[in-house]
Order: sequence, then C-alpha cells, then structure tokens
Amino acid sequence: MPRTRSGITAFAVACLTICGTVLAQGKPDDGLAVGRQMLAEDNPGDLWIDRGEKLFYEKRGPKKASLEKCDFGLGPGKLEGATAQLPRYFPDTGQVQDLESRLLTCMVELQGFKREDIVKRAISPAGSSGSDVEALAIYISSRSNGMKMNVSLSHQKEYDMYKAGEYLFYRRSGQTDFACIQCHGEANKRIRLQDLVHMTDKKQIQEVVSSWPAYRGAHFVVRTMQWRLYDCFWQMRLPELNYTSDASIALTTYLHYQGNGAVIRVPGFKR
Amino acid sequence: MAEPMKIRATLQGDVADVRILMSHPMETGQRKNDKGEIVPLHFIQSVVVTHNGKTVLDAQWSQAVSRNPFLGLRVKGAKAGDKISVTWVDNKGDKRTDEATVAAAS
Repeated sequence: MPRTRSGITAFAVACLTICGTVLAQGKPDDGLAVGRQMLAEDNPGDLWIDRGEKLFYEKRGPKKASLEKCDFGLGPGKLEGATAQLPRYFPDTGQVQDLESRLLTCMVELQGFKREDIVKRAISPAGSSGSDVEALAIYISSRSNGMKMNVSLSHQKEYDMYKAGEYLFYRRSGQTDFACIQCHGEANKRIRLQDLVHMTDKKQIQEVVSSWPAYRGAHFVVRTMQWRLYDCFWQMRLPELNYTSDASIALTTYLHYQGNGAVIRVPGFKR
Repeated sequence: MAEPMKIRATLQGDVADVRILMSHPMETGQRKNDKGEIVPLHFIQSVVVTHNGKTVLDAQWSQAVSRNPFLGLRVKGAKAGDKISVTWVDNKGDKRTDEATVAAAS
C-alpha cells in the first residue's frame, strides 16, 4: 500500500509540473489554431479545385456548352478577381446575384440545365463526393486568390440588398426569437468548443468572407456560403433558407461588404 | 475511377518533406445509406512511395483512415529534381499512381 501511495503522489507531482507548463503556454484555443494551420496547409479542398476546373471547361448539359462564356461581372469568362466583387447587380437578369446564383443563371442559360435539378443537388449530402456547383464555386473563387474583397453598393439594388441583409442580421425572428447578432455580436463567444465569429469586428468578418468556400472536415466535402447561411438558419430553427433566395443574397451582400479589404484565400478549412 | 493525387515535395536540408493528398471515399463498411443498406467497404489497402524508383514507404492501410486522406513523410538523402512516386491500391483493385519532382527549398 505505501508504495502505491507514493506512486500516486509521484504522478501527481509530475502532473502538476507538466500540466502546469502546458497551461502556462497560453490560451487553450492556441492548440486548436496550430492544428487548423496544419490542416490548412494540406487542404483536401484543393482536390475540388481541379474537379471544378474540369467541369468549367467541359461541354456539358443539353446545350453541350462550357461555362467559358459565363459573365461573373468582369466580362465573359473572366474569372480573375470575379468573386472579389460579388454579390453585384447584373443588368441582364436585373438582379443582385452572388457567385452561386450567377453560376445557376449560366448553367441554365448557357448549358440548358433545369434550374430545379441543380438546386436540388447543389448542397451535397455529407460524406458524398460533393456537387458540381460546390466544385465550380471553389474553382471560380480560387481564381481570385490573393485579391482583396471589393463589393460596391453603387447600384440602388445593391444598396437595397445590403440594407435588407443588415436588417436580417439584426432582426430577431422565428420560434426561438433569434438573430444572427446574438451569437455573432460579441468577442470570445462559443458553442461548446466552437469559437463563434465576432462579426461586428472588422478583422474577424474579413477572416470569414475570405475563407469560403471551404473544406468542411466533418462533412468531407467543400461547402459554400449558401450552405453556411442555410445551416445557420437551420440552427436558429428558422424556416428553411431557399438556395440562392433573396434573403440569402441579402445576408451575403451585407457580410461581404463588411469584409471588404479582406484578402481572398480559398479553400478555407472548417472543422 | 480514381482522381489524381496532389503531391508536394520540398527540400529541407537533405530531407525532402513529402505531402500527399489522395481523393478516396474510404468507406468503413459500417455506414448505412438512406435506404438502410450498408455501404460496402471501400478503402485504400496499400500505399507505396518510391524515391527515384527505390521504395521508401510501404504501408498497409485499413478502413480507419479518413476520407480524402493526407499522408506526410520525410525522405532522407533527397536532392532537388528527384522523382517521388506514389501508388495506392484499394480493396476493389482500383489503383492510382502519381509522380512529383522534389523542389528546392524556397
């Protein structure tokens, strides 16, 4: 017995010394940051970029056309810097569109796909090999890597979308009387172990807008901003957010404008 | 139909830091689809890495490795321009080989 006892004491002493040092090294989330850094360096999302590139230039759909004539706001087929200025107003559709709604327009108009078919499959099931839209979105975004977010509100419709997004962001709604700002309006908030982004802080909102689309580790697929907002709405027990609906584009416009100046760096890596 | 791997090999002194991303579903055989049927086992069984044709890593994997796996290794005695080749074979006999050249330290 005495021997076991001293053993336990010895362990306790050792633990105090070692555990003490570990704790003294800084905030507990620092360890997570190191892990995230390691994951970001070899991001499986890179695999989707190649897939997206192939899909972009391949002749697909009933009209057997590639997406090379698709105009993301800088001219047909011009992808460098395209996502940095989205969402924006497009005169041909008369709408403010984000990356994914513009992509839908092109896939319908140029390639002749049915809108409902693409929307149904746009957000892929977790653990699948991902959807075409996800791969295309990450490829197109990756072509703006290293550029700064620069969303303009010069058109009245862009400004209206921004205002609507701001309203939605702050408005409490649904059965839980919940607004985005309640989780994202303060520093150092979290849900269990997940840090919540402080979205009224310039630096943190920039971090968000520059890192979507991102590889979502737990789902094994690339996820887009549309998915992020859809999932937020689900978590808030709000009615289902329709893919590329006005509400989703309003919020995207608001968030992207807040994040102006952020350097795009996709694919991001999310837990 | 196997998709290409992403291989990066950079020299650090006389050691090449090799980082490999593979695209593979890595099914555990324990998951069920939405009809309640078990999704059959589908995983990479063997991974062989060679350095200028000489095997430097020969691994046998199980279904415990994650989807889209990442493999990192360090190869001693490598020089810039050396060839690193990676081959995997899965339990359905599907295989993929990709090659990369060791880049000088930046």
